[in-house]
Amino acid sequence: MTRYVLKRLVLLPALLFLFSVAVFAIVQAPPGDFLTTYVATLASSGSSISAEQVDALRREYGLDRPVWVQYLKWMENLAKGNLGLSLEYQRPNAELIGERLVLTMVLAVLSFVFTWVVAIPAGIYSAMHPRSAIDYVLTVVNYVGVATPNFMLALVLMWGAFAYFGVSVTGLFSPEFVEAPWSLARVADLLKHVWLPAVVLGVAGTARLTRVMRANLLDELNKPYVTTARAKGLSEWRLVVRYPARLALNPLVSTIGWYLPALFSGSLIVATVMNLPNIGPLLLRALINQDMYLAGSILLIYCFLTIVGTLISDILLAWLDPRIRFEEG
Amino acid sequence: MRAVDGVSFDVQPGQVVGIVGESGCGKSVTMKAILRIVEPPGRIVGGQILFQKDSGPPVDLARLSPKSAELRAIRGAEIALIPQEPMAAFSPVHSVGEQVIEALQLHERQWRPSGPRLSRAEARSLTVDLFRSVGISMPEERVDAYSWQLSGGLRQRAMIAMALSCRPRLLIADEPTTAIDVTTQAQILNLLRELQRRHGTAIVFITHDLGVIAQMARYVVVMYLGRVMEEGSVEEIFHAPKHPYTRALLKSIPSVNVPPRTLQPTIAGSIPHPLGRPRGCPFHPRCPDAIPGLCAERVPALRPVGSSQLASCFLYHRDEAAEP
Amino acid sequence: MSVLAPALPVTAEERVSVASSSQLIWWRFRKHRLALASACVLIALYVVVLCPDFFSTQDPEATDARLAFIPVQRLHVFDGFRPRPWVPDVAGRRNQVTLRMEWTVDASRRNPVRFFVTGYPYRLLGLVPTRIHLLGAAAPDGRERLYLLGTDRLGRDQWSRLVHGTRTSMTIGLTAVTFSIVLGVVLGGISGYYGGIADAVIQRLIELLQSLPTIPIWLALTAALPRDWSPQQVFFAITVILSLVGWTTLGREVRGRFLALREEDFVLAAELAGASRARIIVRHMVPTFLSHIIATSTLAIPAMIINETSLSFLGLGIRPPAISWGVLLQEAQNIQTVALAPWLLVPGAVVIVSVLAFNLVGDGLRDAADPYSQ
Repeated sequence: MTRYVLKRLVLLPALLFLFSVAVFAIVQAPPGDFLTTYVATLASSGSSISAEQVDALRREYGLDRPVWVQYLKWMENLAKGNLGLSLEYQRPNAELIGERLVLTMVLAVLSFVFTWVVAIPAGIYSAMHPRSAIDYVLTVVNYVGVATPNFMLALVLMWGAFAYFGVSVTGLFSPEFVEAPWSLARVADLLKHVWLPAVVLGVAGTARLTRVMRANLLDELNKPYVTTARAKGLSEWRLVVRYPARLALNPLVSTIGWYLPALFSGSLIVATVMNLPNIGPLLLRALINQDMYLAGSILLIYCFLTIVGTLISDILLAWLDPRIRFEEG
Repeated sequence: MRAVDGVSFDVQPGQVVGIVGESGCGKSVTMKAILRIVEPPGRIVGGQILFQKDSGPPVDLARLSPKSAELRAIRGAEIALIPQEPMAAFSPVHSVGEQVIEALQLHERQWRPSGPRLSRAEARSLTVDLFRSVGISMPEERVDAYSWQLSGGLRQRAMIAMALSCRPRLLIADEPTTAIDVTTQAQILNLLRELQRRHGTAIVFITHDLGVIAQMARYVVVMYLGRVMEEGSVEEIFHAPKHPYTRALLKSIPSVNVPPRTLQPTIAGSIPHPLGRPRGCPFHPRCPDAIPGLCAERVPALRPVGSSQLASCFLYHRDEAAEP
Repeated sequence: MSVLAPALPVTAEERVSVASSSQLIWWRFRKHRLALASACVLIALYVVVLCPDFFSTQDPEATDARLAFIPVQRLHVFDGFRPRPWVPDVAGRRNQVTLRMEWTVDASRRNPVRFFVTGYPYRLLGLVPTRIHLLGAAAPDGRERLYLLGTDRLGRDQWSRLVHGTRTSMTIGLTAVTFSIVLGVVLGGISGYYGGIADAVIQRLIELLQSLPTIPIWLALTAALPRDWSPQQVFFAITVILSLVGWTTLGREVRGRFLALREEDFVLAAELAGASRARIIVRHMVPTFLSHIIATSTLAIPAMIINETSLSFLGLGIRPPAISWGVLLQEAQNIQTVALAPWLLVPGAVVIVSVLAFNLVGDGLRDAADPYSQ
């Protein structure tokens, strides 16, 4: 088991290296570079820039070098812990990413907590009272929830809040706190705003999780060990939670590792719609503008999270299900 | 549709009653009904299940709500179950010792009415003792094992240990030897007999194996399609079977005393689908002694045919039909 | 006298025992009322996909700034007690401050709706030039004023755009999943059946692909598409991109099945009987999990639809002037706009309905195809 984990950890840097090459290639794939888009944006807004200025900028940013040289420069910086400079914002990438990453994580974690706190008990209740009225209602809600793209839900909720309550629910902070330094008041303001995006982000996942939990538990409830436990004299609720629920949870736990990266990725779209300061919208702009170091760094961070997430879920699964632990030897 | 209809028998303290019959005859449902763990939509529609506790009048288990605390106190502590497949009957993610400890802790106040609360260490050592008493070697290590790490025989012993942990007065053994090989089977049966003698536990032994019944039971109940065909002491059933079904069952046991190349007798036909139950006596389509006009129309009642033997067959009681 | 005529299966039980497996699956599927209803919805949607122009009322790309934000003209089926469909007319008024046309529904005037009217020209199924459309209205002054779902900020008829968008979105879902199936079955099959180096390589590839974060990679890939590609090229590229990441799960499953099936007795029997490798794979192994593949794939289509819709919504998938549900929803990004014209959100409802239908059908298929369920 430890050998297995160690093997995966050792492979991590190699995998990241491989991905960095792929990521950089994809980011550089569109024709032209950052300056091409920059010039075009300037032109469409009416101002212009001379050819010599463009060339000077090009040399300054190192955009006149061949692609592989740019890649090496990036790698060199990364090894020193420097994520490079954003061409568009002219600020260190680490700065840009830093705070947004924290907020993205807060959103993802809250959404995750919401999902599991709601879905597991709902799934257990549904499985214990199949075909009851509540079960039917939950099933309908689940089906619709899975079918709704999360940005659609965000749109509808925002429209509803605006049209019927005159409230604008964009952003994660009230205007006075947007640029302010961190303080307790700012945290409170954040919490007041973040629950809506967290719920929107979590709805599809909650719906899916409830359905899977219900299905798994229904499968387990028919098994002989449940009969034995009941024959021992355990109360229904205790026996369900101790035995079949544990077993029904196992396959779900193996998906936890996928879940966090999926939340990061999924928050991208919701963040764009609701105008949240996440790394998602930042990535979007960087990709469109070919702000290559910024885009590359963010993509690499996503890759890292995905790999780590998978590893965590494998570890969790082995820990929960001794059968797997023993098979790995 | 009735899975079990008109079944009635008594179990004396310390006695072994065997319920025998083919698959689908309702033996498991009867057993589950005693413990009130029949799965919905099945339910008890009539009758009594009288259980005599240590003191006081008998309790009618049929009247108690299946989830009530009173019934749950009886389950596991006074009536215990040895289920059919020990592999599937243990939880795969908890050690076997843990599951026995859970039973001990759950019913602590019943097998140990007074004294300090059971500590984990004490529960564990009690479990080790239990394992030793059922013949599990190296009990200290085995307590932490998972059910899938043990062999079939060891698993069954662990299951027996868990069932007996709270000193029940009645043990229900649901085909305890079906899932294991013959040599282990003999060991398990010896173990059960030994434990039964030592603790005076009554056992309801459910099986389709007549040989096992002959070894273990004192009183036998023969079931078919949810009804009792015949019941009586083991000598009466085996030496003087009255019901055609019992006779056919006994004839179909392979014997070494028969001359070679004799055709093995079987019971003609096959068990009907429970939803396609025949009218009248359930056995009549396959019965060599069926009385035309009678057996296909009315259901025979269970009536005495010997000193302690009962049979439901119109051959012996032409006029007594059961209530529909 | 010794020839026995085979008895025809009479009872229901006997019919079940001689039915082919696809017949069995169909019978079991039929019992799921909800799945059946959803299948009808899907069939209706795909009929629209076949010839969207027939169902449109206006040219989906015709813009007219004066006709911006016309509200929904609700279709009524009964006029009094007679079954004669009609829509309320719309009246426009120029706002003196903004100098823009503002439209409101004028219920006092009822425009009758006619069927099979002559409208803008198109080619039926891309072949037959015609001008017949399913619905149309005639305003008293002769101009077409049938905006079943209103118009957007450029005066484009939303109903017609929705119909055309349906074609794109539903087709992408189907083709992307088909690509994934092909990739998954072929690669998974090679991996599972032949084992060895091929298996190791393909396994590593699958692990690699599954370690990639999907949405960011999709974003990056779609952003890499040149801006000057034609809509058809973009469509094809999006399909390929979506399916490239989606085949891995299926590939793994197929590999697992092949690995297990390789050891099965019936495969050994076929080999001993002298059947060729290809024949064994195609005639013996694949049919055992074909129904499972179909069921899982039906469940994968809605995910693809949502993905394409999301990507196009962000501006990175299908691009205007091509129309898809995501492109339509882009118009609803601005909250002020939506507050003014809530009918712009309707494409979202269609997304939800189609995804729901696919999910229900997929569930029904999966339950019907599972040989161990009742």
